[in-house]
Amino acid sequence: MSINVNNLTKIYGKQTAVNSITFNIPSGKVVGFLGPNGAGKSTTMKMLTGYIPPTTGSGSICGIDIMENSLEVRKIVGYLPENNPLYLDMYVKEYLTFMAGISEVKQKKEAVEKVIETTQLQRERHKKIGQLSKGYRQRVGLAQSLIHDPKVLILDEPTSGLDPIQVVEIRNVIKSLGSDKTVLLSTHIMQEVEAMCDRVIIINKGNIAMDQSMEELRNDNSNLEQIFRKATNHVDTL
Amino acid sequence: MWTLYKKEIRSFLGSLIAYIVMGVYLIMTGLFLWFVDGNNLFDLGVASLQVMFDISPFILIFLVSAITMRSISEEKRLGTLEIITTKPLTDRSIILSKFLASVTLIALTLIPTLFYVYAVYNLAQPLGNIDLGSTAGSYLGLILLAACYASIGLFSSAITDNQIVALITSMVLSFFFYSILSMLGDINWLDQIGKSLSWFGLEYHFDSISRGVIDTRDVIFFLGFSSIFLGFTQLVFESRKW
Repeated sequence: MSINVNNLTKIYGKQTAVNSITFNIPSGKVVGFLGPNGAGKSTTMKMLTGYIPPTTGSGSICGIDIMENSLEVRKIVGYLPENNPLYLDMYVKEYLTFMAGISEVKQKKEAVEKVIETTQLQRERHKKIGQLSKGYRQRVGLAQSLIHDPKVLILDEPTSGLDPIQVVEIRNVIKSLGSDKTVLLSTHIMQEVEAMCDRVIIINKGNIAMDQSMEELRNDNSNLEQIFRKATNHVDTL
Repeated sequence: MWTLYKKEIRSFLGSLIAYIVMGVYLIMTGLFLWFVDGNNLFDLGVASLQVMFDISPFILIFLVSAITMRSISEEKRLGTLEIITTKPLTDRSIILSKFLASVTLIALTLIPTLFYVYAVYNLAQPLGNIDLGSTAGSYLGLILLAACYASIGLFSSAITDNQIVALITSMVLSFFFYSILSMLGDINWLDQIGKSLSWFGLEYHFDSISRGVIDTRDVIFFLGFSSIFLGFTQLVFESRKW
């Protein structure tokens, strides 16, 4: 099992953001993490990447406990936080080299070249990040998460705010990664899940509302949007 | 950790702030030492850099606060904190590299003033008649003092995501610990209590080290003071985990 989550709970003050969720993801799968805003997607991802600790429950990535061995977990996880934060005053190559350094990559130059190629940033490599368009910034963010060749990728809304062409490009990049990495990505866009994922986990108000493979869903015949509405208790008014 | 340290240094040198800090420091100390009427070297007629060392702590309050104000607050605002804290780095090493980078920048700022030392050395009658021990002590004192200011600055930067709030908090705290505490020693009715409180002020130890007698107690005080504020910074930094 690549990602193992066991009764993971996060309580902020009195509000339960994530309520005892459990799921397992085998390696080499692309899993879509769906849910309305505030459902607890980002919180779950933050706990898995070691940014915040869970209130109770446990999790492990490739068998390494996220609490006890956080530093080891971070070495094998690539993370793209929500809104893709970047140092806008750094150059693309400089930024990626820096990220390679703090990710403890030994062969920095090769690693930087490789992610630049994977994310097709060749022509932008000498530009300042602040000068790039949103789509290219997203690629830089993705490149950063790939720099240490992680086994597990956690991407929080990797395609939000991109135009349709950029969405397709980023999607193809992620899809190509899915062949040898485990990917957990969150999104609001249903077509995206259909296009990329092997499995869907829908989370609502901190609870898992549905956890099914894409094949099962396709056999179900109803479209994903309806399933999503049903799982999150949205009554269709039309 | 060194990667982060190098990146911090590079981003100082890549932005205007480093050059403004260096320029302002050199101009201010230069003016007071050589030109401002009444107190300058020629008026006093003594071959000593005392004037520079008297005003430097106050200039540094402003400059160190300006250097450190964005170091954590900006990362919070941009969200990049979430990236570096999910890399295989401990919170402590993140804070320490930012701290060391700030202190390094101040040390670099002080280097050009060695020219003043050279000039005064040559102006002295007879040649070289200046108190080099006291000068060396003062330089060490300034660096240690800057380290304390930097730790206060990082703490202020950690408690907010607004640079201006960080700047003002840092200046107020630094001024309090440098000046206000030692002023308490001069208030008569506070008597012994005031004297004891002034011992906790940075000025007391800076004056002591400036005399050229490097007392380990002073050095330990400065280092301890910085460590305490760096500890507070780490505490604030980790508050996201509560």
